[in-house]
Amino acid sequence: MKTAAAGAQALPRSALPRAQAAIRAIALNTFREAIRDRVLYLLLVFALALIALSRLLSLLTVGNEEKIIKDVGLSAISLFGVLTSVFVGVSLVFKEIERRTVYTLLANPVRRWQFVTGKFVGLLAVLAMNLSLMSLALFGILWLRGESTWALLPGLVLILVELAVITAFALLFSSITNPILAALMTFAMYVMGHLSWSLMLLKAKLGSSASALACDLVYWVMPNLQRLDIKAAVVHGLPLAPGQFFFALTYGSCYALVVLALACLAFERKDFN
Amino acid sequence: MNGLETVRPVNATGPRGTAGSRDPGSAPVIEIRGLRKAFRGHLGFGRTVAVERLDLAVRPGEIFGLLGPNGAGKTTTFKMMLGLLRPDRGEIRLFGRLPTDPAARARLGYLPENPYFYDYLTATEFLDLYGRLQGLGAAARRATIASTLTRVGLVGREHTALRKFSKGMVQRLGLAQAIQHDPELVILDEPMSGLDPIGRREVRDLILSLRAAGRTVLFSSHILQDAEMICDRVAILAHGRLRSEGRLDELISDKVEWFEVSLRGSLADPAGARLVSGDGRQSLWRLDDVEALTEFMVRARDAGVEIVSVWPKRQTLEDLFLDRIERGRRPEGAR
Repeated sequence: MKTAAAGAQALPRSALPRAQAAIRAIALNTFREAIRDRVLYLLLVFALALIALSRLLSLLTVGNEEKIIKDVGLSAISLFGVLTSVFVGVSLVFKEIERRTVYTLLANPVRRWQFVTGKFVGLLAVLAMNLSLMSLALFGILWLRGESTWALLPGLVLILVELAVITAFALLFSSITNPILAALMTFAMYVMGHLSWSLMLLKAKLGSSASALACDLVYWVMPNLQRLDIKAAVVHGLPLAPGQFFFALTYGSCYALVVLALACLAFERKDFN
Repeated sequence: MNGLETVRPVNATGPRGTAGSRDPGSAPVIEIRGLRKAFRGHLGFGRTVAVERLDLAVRPGEIFGLLGPNGAGKTTTFKMMLGLLRPDRGEIRLFGRLPTDPAARARLGYLPENPYFYDYLTATEFLDLYGRLQGLGAAARRATIASTLTRVGLVGREHTALRKFSKGMVQRLGLAQAIQHDPELVILDEPMSGLDPIGRREVRDLILSLRAAGRTVLFSSHILQDAEMICDRVAILAHGRLRSEGRLDELISDKVEWFEVSLRGSLADPAGARLVSGDGRQSLWRLDDVEALTEFMVRARDAGVEIVSVWPKRQTLEDLFLDRIERGRRPEGAR
């Protein structure tokens, strides 16, 4: 039986390695939880089936079979990624509170922001793994046809960045409300993020400067997920504007980090009744 | 299943010089001053006071029992100690630090009431996760997991998924995560809950072995017999307020309060005795003092009635507990 020797290991080390160790431990546990959840496999099977179906859909069209496969494949990857990040993301924190596992976790020398960040990193790892599996399935179909796949990579990277933004919102909303409302709010952010361009149309039609200012404010605060959507360009082989990919990558990553910071703040203020 | 292993080296000074320092002069491990917590009622209307004006100090190396009926505020107090709830008023210090300070929490282990853990993990994966969070390195985790599972009687269950564990086994595993990093303070919320009599005795022995190794144990319990057997000091909480606190020998009088005498047969209207129960063949009597007892026994002998037993009755923790809870129910002026 260890006594003082092992106990001495528990003494606080320097802050950064401790934070990294705590985040890694929670991320690993989140990853384990997700990959041992049957719902995830169900979603993955549906996505892989849809990617396989893209081959059939391409047969029903005249010409451009390759583009149909790529288009349906990327859309399936994006859709199932979003579904996973919303439903798993929302339930992750809620389940910890509902089942009171968070009590024993936070009774340890773990800061709350480390807990939320660990959850985020763990789920992002699951999403990256799913995305990789689905991409391999899509690439497999394209390779069998002798098609090139490398052009799809920037689109896939930005899908993952978009999923990071959605996951951060799911964690934020699940820290402040119940899972159903949190899922609805996260979906709302996803839809608004893809329709934010319509705010500029609205602004053009509004006369008053106050309304235009409100439109501007909402436009800049809401995530502009359209910036992260380059699926059409990579499927059709259209050239991207210089720096467009890196700008989108930076914008999406920073946006996800800001929302994650807000989720940490919300969780920091939470009372566990 | 193996029993909880309690035999372990007793360190006379403890790992950090805390062992056995149960004297009132030593700095408290836990210090609570003027603590208050109220919760909003349904739809935000009204407020329910869970803890009110609570002052408490737990000293190093002692076993401290926090007792009280359901809804007394025990779990709320524990949650505030762990930084899971913010007090409305008052202050808590663990090892002189705020509960929100991870350096304070690094020195404690906690078992919640009716614990539920990640059922997709095996016992080893579970303890490995908590070991990481407790700051144990890989080598220390490898060394501790097997020995801690042995200590809580879960040998052979290392690779069993928690979903296959019984309630008692989950409770044992909860204890394992609370003690595996050898903390100076162990906080146990209803640790006997869900355990059979053997399991309860094993947990009692484990708590005693923690004290013998110089650790401080704070636990809550409904089972007063357990508290009476192992606590150095207790606090009785009712309706969120402290009703009594102190050493058991100070709180519970050693004085004989009354005598119970059991007879084979019965006596007709003896002076100074009150019949508790009887069916003609056997009877049980209550006598309030030694004089009445002496007179009663003489009468029984004269009547040829066999005295089966004589029990001197002292105040128990249960008597004290019920008295304090009853006082708590009365209006302020009537106490």
